[in-house]
Amino acid sequence: MSNVLIELKGLTKNFEDQQVLKGIDLNIYENEFLTLLGPSGCGKTTTLRIIAGFDEPSGGEVLFDGVDISKIPPYKREVNTVFQKYALFPFLNVYENVAFGLKLKKMDKSLIEHKVTKTLKLVGLEGFDKRDVTKLSGGQQQRVAIARALVNEPKVLLLDEPLGALDAKLRKEMQGELKKIQKEVGITFIFVTHDQEEALSMSDTVVVMNEGIIQQVGTPEDIYNEPENRFVASFIGESNIMEGHMLDDLLVEFDGYEFECVDKGFKKNEQVEVVIRPEDIDIVEPQEAKIQGVVKSIVFKGVHHEIVVETEQRDYTVHTTDYFEVGLKVGLKFGPDDIHVMYRMDWE
Amino acid sequence: MRHFVKLVRPYMIWAVVMIIVPLLLIVLYSVTTGGNDLVNIQFTLDNFKRMTEPVYVAVFLKSFRLGLLSVAICLVIGYILAYFISRFNEKIQNILVLFVTIPMWINTLLRTYAWICLLADKGLINTFLGWLGIPPITMMYTDFAVVIGLVSDLLPFMVIPIHTSLCKIDTSLLEAAMDLGANKFQTFWRVTFKLSIPGVLNGVIMTFLLSISTFVIPKLLGGGQYMLIGNLIENQFISVGDWNFGSAISVILAFIILIAITQMKRFDREDNEEE
Repeated sequence: MSNVLIELKGLTKNFEDQQVLKGIDLNIYENEFLTLLGPSGCGKTTTLRIIAGFDEPSGGEVLFDGVDISKIPPYKREVNTVFQKYALFPFLNVYENVAFGLKLKKMDKSLIEHKVTKTLKLVGLEGFDKRDVTKLSGGQQQRVAIARALVNEPKVLLLDEPLGALDAKLRKEMQGELKKIQKEVGITFIFVTHDQEEALSMSDTVVVMNEGIIQQVGTPEDIYNEPENRFVASFIGESNIMEGHMLDDLLVEFDGYEFECVDKGFKKNEQVEVVIRPEDIDIVEPQEAKIQGVVKSIVFKGVHHEIVVETEQRDYTVHTTDYFEVGLKVGLKFGPDDIHVMYRMDWE
Repeated sequence: MRHFVKLVRPYMIWAVVMIIVPLLLIVLYSVTTGGNDLVNIQFTLDNFKRMTEPVYVAVFLKSFRLGLLSVAICLVIGYILAYFISRFNEKIQNILVLFVTIPMWINTLLRTYAWICLLADKGLINTFLGWLGIPPITMMYTDFAVVIGLVSDLLPFMVIPIHTSLCKIDTSLLEAAMDLGANKFQTFWRVTFKLSIPGVLNGVIMTFLLSISTFVIPKLLGGGQYMLIGNLIENQFISVGDWNFGSAISVILAFIILIAITQMKRFDREDNEEE
């Protein structure tokens, strides 16, 4: 990843008396697949709309190639958007929908035809030119919407929860397809979603947001393996989160026991939170582990069992392919690599 | 769902008795001679032949000319008004729509008399002009007065359907147009207006129907000599007592309106397909 394309600096947005964005700082690079991830109301869509130009920021700057564009109307920006509900023009057919932007640019007719045909082929809709967009399936409408945006050759494609309306299977398919298209056209994609799995499987960079603040920016692996705080840890995947404190570098205490870990750089005795992913915990004989408990419930989840083990301090969630009977006394074992130490946050 | 269908039956009976039967009677009247009783019916097409006389053709042409003019003026004012209203938030929109419909709460007769007060030779407007040293203008009993009366009477019927179709437009379509490079005017012309066409057509059809069959307004603002189709029919039924000829005019009018509506609906569909 090379140059910074978009730079958000101290972006804020107020709607009436509510502050939706509380200072967003973010660099978006050329040719990057970046996902804004967070629960609804976290400000991810507002951020996207500000980049598109539909909303004006209340404060801060949006730099595009180093130039502040926060006052420039959407029709003069080099970005295009794929809308949540596609927003296709119902009175135009597939071809005319895709050609809409090019026609506005007063482009030569044969050139328009060449580009539209090429783009329809890219999204897998060859021969759909004359179809009525209102009679297409959700997935096909989705592809038209992508083609309509891409045909303008924007530097950035903005996608606002584009897969939200599709069923699970189609969604998976489109995820792969979108990634492929992004590689092929080689431009920046900014993707908004509340689906953590979608974000992890498609993105180069994931931006986790909550309550108008960026919680963490990183690769999908970073976000999953090294969550920076309790919000990220609980929003991305399932996790066991324990309060504890750092005794020393590489030594953490929680639930009354000391554990070796791989984290350092905390203050001595600093209050921290500890995350252990359910799949990182092994169920062993009671005497083999520090933490002991009783199997409280077991639910089959397809590939694995989700087992809840009740210990003195808390219930631990464990994912394993093995089966354990309810009521069995067990030990919970995990290695230093499996323990992720985070700064403690104060949540109102 | 099915047993609810039964609930429609009283209305169906009502519609048959109060709408279909009278319509058929009018058609029957139009093709028979006067002085018939139900046992002894004399069929004739003379009533229709009479309509080809220049006097009556002129009345038809004048009615259509004035009707179309009123509709056109209503369309321009009504669209601007409806667009303006649709820019506001829902609460204010409801109040503004209410303002548009308030005149409809007042009897047409009263409203038209109010125009007389304004337009008369010694009316409000001329008095005002007099103060400014401008000699009085004759406005009453002219086409101008009739068109003003029609437009003010019909405007709500144009504003409301257009406003409804403008409100239904998904704002993300407008954003999509802007996103694809359309400025404000292009967005309006290529998207907003396109999507409001159904409302425009409904408004045009409704105002046209009402303007072509009106008789109170031309009578009061156009004067006793002023003759539009509505007045012609009214005269035949009330003053002359020639129900058969009156019915024939009604049938022809209904027929012309029917053709006009189907043409307009077809225009709507073609427009959708062609683009």
